[in-house]
Amino acid sequence: MPNNNTVDCRGLGCPEPMLMVKRQIEAQGKGKVVAIADSEAARENIKRLATSQGWTVQVEDRGEEWVLTLTK
Amino acid sequence: MFKGKGLIALTGLTVGALAIILMATGNPPNMGMCIACFLRDIAGGLGLHSAAKLQYVRPEIPGIILGAFIAALATKSYRSVGGSSTLTRFVLGFIGMIGLLVFLGCPLRMLLRMSAGDLNAWVGLVGLVVGILIGIWFINRGFTLGRVNRQNSAHGYVFPLIFLVLLIFLLFNSTIFLYSSEGPGAMRAPLLISLGAGLVVGALAQRTRMCLIGPVRDLIMFRDPYLMFGMVGVFVAALVGNLALGNFTLGFENQPIAHTDGLWNFLGMALGGLCFTLIAGCPLRQMISASEGNTDSAVTLFGILLGAATAHNFGLAASPAGVSVNGQVAVMAGLAVVLVIGFALSGARVLQQGRVTESA
Repeated sequence: MPNNNTVDCRGLGCPEPMLMVKRQIEAQGKGKVVAIADSEAARENIKRLATSQGWTVQVEDRGEEWVLTLTK
Repeated sequence: MFKGKGLIALTGLTVGALAIILMATGNPPNMGMCIACFLRDIAGGLGLHSAAKLQYVRPEIPGIILGAFIAALATKSYRSVGGSSTLTRFVLGFIGMIGLLVFLGCPLRMLLRMSAGDLNAWVGLVGLVVGILIGIWFINRGFTLGRVNRQNSAHGYVFPLIFLVLLIFLLFNSTIFLYSSEGPGAMRAPLLISLGAGLVVGALAQRTRMCLIGPVRDLIMFRDPYLMFGMVGVFVAALVGNLALGNFTLGFENQPIAHTDGLWNFLGMALGGLCFTLIAGCPLRQMISASEGNTDSAVTLFGILLGAATAHNFGLAASPAGVSVNGQVAVMAGLAVVLVIGFALSGARVLQQGRVTESA
């Protein structure tokens, strides 16, 4: 599943997931970024960060983890 | 109802208000619900150090842990994980605690002291921010403690169970613990008020992920104010409470359980801020995370507990009289060790495209 616009944040503590997603969306500018998170903290932080930068966030619950699709 | 920023602001206000109530009903002044102080008192109550005035198994701590554990189970956010640089986290918790005890308080007590007019705590705040800035510098250079792995759920139950056992002994007024007969350890709010306050704070902090390192870190790194609503909430509620009860005295001198040595207030808190930034959260956050099943955070908590015991066994912790030479040496040595850890764990590994890859 991972490709060059997928950010795998699983198992990482604050603020690494946010930092990784921030770097990815800043590098891309627009388009689609997929982030995989496995903690509530990471999920909420990524959602807030992406939304504040004008990205639309869609969250898919996969039980053990969440897949966040960011588009702009 | 409340959610997002509203809920975390409410959590901060509740923590500040409960701290005021706990002080009004017997807890030590400007200490209310200081996580570092209470872990130090627990270390004393368990006989891990022999500072006779600092011995009491504070019921707030098992309350916070069980409150967070129950909230995590109820909302299905409990998850047993571990195995990311566990020993390094233990060491950073240990060293960070020595820094906090040279300042005399965790970031939560710093806010309570600030809200009572203790200007030494404002010096501590500057130190805390500088420590966090150094931590951010390392994180931006790729500092990481790696990823946790999922574990069998049972591993995560161990931590709350240990504190449940302590609580049961406490409720039955067990004589196996040590109890101070004078000093801060002898100043106690009624057990059920302490326990109830702990349960409420634990549950709220679990739901909001409240932290007192994260607010500064996230604001600087991402201009994200979410966690700051909680931090400001604590300060505002405690300030209002202190003004209403006449506990507000502006100044450096004669503040309760504080010293006026600005350099060491600054450096102690800078060391604490750096350590707790590298392990992703203040002592309260570590405790909540441990209660949600993170066994690395649980080990960190025991590092903090051992740090407290060591700080008092070797005379490193400050007292209202000031900071001992041993304490000053410990802070400088701690800073040196943490800087080595920071450099060793950044640079060589770079976060790239969501994977941790070795750089050239």
